Amino acid sequence: MLSVSLSSYLTLAAILFAISIAGIFLNRKNVIVLLMCVELMLLAANINFIAFSHYLNDSAGQVFVFFILTVAAAEAAIGLAILVVLFRNRRSINVDQLNEMKG
Amino acid sequence: MTFIDFNFYLFATLLIVAALGVITARNPVHSALWLVLSFFASSALWILLEAEFLAIALVLVYVGAVMVLFLFVVMMLDINVEQMRKGFVRYLPIGALVALVLAAQMIWIVGPVGPDVLGDESLQQSVRHAADYSNTKELGRILYTEYVLPFEIAAVILLVAIVAAIALTLRRRPATKYQTPANQVKVKRNDRLRIVKMDAEAKE
Repeated sequence: MLSVSLSSYLTLAAILFAISIAGIFLNRKNVIVLLMCVELMLLAANINFIAFSHYLNDSAGQVFVFFILTVAAAEAAIGLAILVVLFRNRRSINVDQLNEMKG
Repeated sequence: MTFIDFNFYLFATLLIVAALGVITARNPVHSALWLVLSFFASSALWILLEAEFLAIALVLVYVGAVMVLFLFVVMMLDINVEQMRKGFVRYLPIGALVALVLAAQMIWIVGPVGPDVLGDESLQQSVRHAADYSNTKELGRILYTEYVLPFEIAAVILLVAIVAAIALTLRRRPATKYQTPANQVKVKRNDRLRIVKMDAEAKE
């Protein structure tokens, strides 16, 4: 096996990002799993940031990860709130039934 | 292979298995639990990269708060799992194809094979800090000096998120009966009590 370097971490993050893209394709009816896939994508981006921060010996990357975590937490909270309201009104979270605003 | 290399491969494998579990689990509750595992694995990887503060924050904030929120919502909603799985097999080929092409492109650019775009040899050598180096102290120093305004904006974003989430889910229920303590305290005797004067009636 190769010894671990920056490109190992970047490869890992790329694989993780591709898996979450596949998850969006596969679970396109289920909004909750879609939100989870978005969380996985943000995690992949964060791994890149931290790997670069470590190998460039610059803490700014970690500050960015801090802000990404903040925004992702806010996004998850609002997304789940929207989901709860949606379920209360429609009794379902199926993406295919969300076509009322179709022009 | 050093101990750090061994740990990297262990937790990287764990992370990929957990991510596959997230996207293929039949039950959304299982997806959420796989996601918890993937956050733990990546937190271990961040500790290998000497980002200890963020690793702990990931476990505390994500596993402790966000994933619990996810689990709450998943269990609160009554989800028809079978209907949600419709189209899984149909979209499997195209999803796998897009993901494979995407992964191949990105790994070709940044991975160990393909052109050496990173170039700089020094990027491949990690700098290990001394044992008395505090990642938390360094992060706090840079966060409260250079990045203090973005830090304030992050706080405002969290406030907006709280207000939005509560405003979205709050609902008034006109049908529900509830007490108003202020009116209860303010009530006078005459509002409640009526003394009726009447003559006593003779016994039959």
